[in-house]
Amino acid sequence: MGWENLLLGFSVALQPANLGLAVLGITLGTVIGVLPGLGGANGVAILLPLTFSMNPTSAIILLTSLYWGALFGGAITSILFNIPGEPWSVATTFDGYPMARQGRGGEALTAAFTSSFFGALFSVVLITLFAPLLAEIALKFGPPEFFAIQLLTFSSFIGLGGGNPIKSLVSILIGFILASAGLDIVTGQLRLTFGITELMKGFDFIVAVIGLFGIGEILLSVEEGLSFRGVSAGINPKVVFQTWRQLPRYYRTFVRSAFIGFWMGFKPGGATPASFMSYAFARRFSRHPERFGKGEIEGVVAPETAAHAAGGASLLPMITLGIPGSPTAAVMLGGLIIWGLQPGPMLFKERPEFVWGLIASMYTGNVIGVAMVLAFVPLFAAILRIPFPILTPVIVSVCAIGSYAVHDSMIDIWYMLLFGVIGYVFKKLDYPLAPLVLALVLGDLAENALRQSLIMSQGSLLILFERPISGVISAIALLFFALPVINPYIRRARGSQKPPVEVAAPHDG
Amino acid sequence: MRTADLTTALVLMAGGLLVIWDSLRLGIGWGTDGPQSGFFPFWLAVLLLASCVAIAGQAWRRADGRPFVTREQLRPVLTTLLPSLGFVVLVQWTGLYVATAIFLGFYMRWIGGYRWVPVIVLAVLFPVFTFLVFEKWFLVPMPKGPLETWLGY
Repeated sequence: MGWENLLLGFSVALQPANLGLAVLGITLGTVIGVLPGLGGANGVAILLPLTFSMNPTSAIILLTSLYWGALFGGAITSILFNIPGEPWSVATTFDGYPMARQGRGGEALTAAFTSSFFGALFSVVLITLFAPLLAEIALKFGPPEFFAIQLLTFSSFIGLGGGNPIKSLVSILIGFILASAGLDIVTGQLRLTFGITELMKGFDFIVAVIGLFGIGEILLSVEEGLSFRGVSAGINPKVVFQTWRQLPRYYRTFVRSAFIGFWMGFKPGGATPASFMSYAFARRFSRHPERFGKGEIEGVVAPETAAHAAGGASLLPMITLGIPGSPTAAVMLGGLIIWGLQPGPMLFKERPEFVWGLIASMYTGNVIGVAMVLAFVPLFAAILRIPFPILTPVIVSVCAIGSYAVHDSMIDIWYMLLFGVIGYVFKKLDYPLAPLVLALVLGDLAENALRQSLIMSQGSLLILFERPISGVISAIALLFFALPVINPYIRRARGSQKPPVEVAAPHDG
Repeated sequence: MRTADLTTALVLMAGGLLVIWDSLRLGIGWGTDGPQSGFFPFWLAVLLLASCVAIAGQAWRRADGRPFVTREQLRPVLTTLLPSLGFVVLVQWTGLYVATAIFLGFYMRWIGGYRWVPVIVLAVLFPVFTFLVFEKWFLVPMPKGPLETWLGY
């Protein structure tokens, strides 16, 4: 890696137009993160059509800034309203909301934003250092290696996802099956269309994301009978500086959570388990574990650092391997394809200004983001006071706009509604949605990688294990697939030892 | 909960069978240029069937007495879902912007119980705002109806 690359990136990211887009993206992202029913993934999906006419670098800067904004926005609602706007900010409510009720809302918010900032920064620095190396290695990958990585991606949902492993598998399979519908580009045959012309186009994952996460989430939140009873945030420069003075004390929590976040985040499954895990670790290593849950500032620092570190890390496999680490990254990957870029290691060679502009914008985006949210918290919090009868139709309408814009087709609005109902039912029955979306995005890539591998080996699946790199990756993938089966035995063998940290949470990074 | 779990599993199984049927039509073996079109979906659907059988088995054994939705929960869900459905139907006739205005107005008036003045102001301003953002600034066309045609768009 060379510094000149990063400098090139900054020369792109610091252009006034791109800085403006970053501000716009963070503002919209924070609004989206605060609103119930809208989150990073569907926010990016809805805005994606607006970027079709932009140049790719500006477009990705807008979308990643939106992503950072959504991450910040999630913290605001968790702390002030006890409503986690995003699944990965659930752990932030444990101590954030009690702090707000004790009148320390400003302190909690400052701690949350500052730790998110450092968590993200940590990941971005690691991405800067390792992305070029990873891309270099990935350039040597053939179809078997890529298919093995896909296996690893999906096996980690099953082995490490935490939910019901069979239901995770079903979600993955549904995603792949939906992805295979429509025209088979290899043989030119129509699949799963049953003679219906409308089905020829297949299912677009952007529409699926908007429906599953947008409409489905609204149905879930009205069912719970949302009542926003917020605590007002007394945030002013004095509170901010006072909080900053006590934060260095928690450097160990910072470092530990950032590592957990990065490690969990660059594999799919990402931000949510990372935030729970680092909260659990912070409590275990704390000198005052009894204070957790009652308004301990460390209980805000830990999950927020991890969630943002994971959020940043999920972009690493996207730009280096062309395989997204989270649904939001998946939508961005879809964007890359639409903008005419080929995601994957070649990007570093062919479009350095794009890759390094993106990496540099992660630095600038986070600096702008933390400054903006600290300055405008009361404004963003006011959004949640918009009454539900106004919010619901507005969100549904915006979702419809986003779905229609993908292909200018009415059927996509119907799909959106259908996916909304599916999302609602699946969420209630504990079918995870993130693997479905990822499978829908990666379906064609995975199928082609498998086909080419099989052609190389004349039909033998063993090729996945015969080549050294794909062999190791496939073996790990098989281990993950088997984890739910062997886990009970491992626990029994350990006997009465401490049970492992429970990370049972929905994983909708 | 158990009924819902079983129903979902059955619906998915039916879907799986449909996929298998279509894959067999396309061929699941080895063609002249590698695996045939039906190869990948076929094995996915087989796995899906097996998993759904397992899920149905789990649901059958573990009787979960909690209802999938209670009557009190179903009401707000339907008052969101049905108007949304109406909205989508309306989009086809009136275009997206008019449908949004009607949807927003209806919702504020009948669900929210707002007075007519704020209802009308918001129901007009929001679609006009989205129209400006999407059609004017970002040049993303949305479905339009008679009103937009009359206005010359």
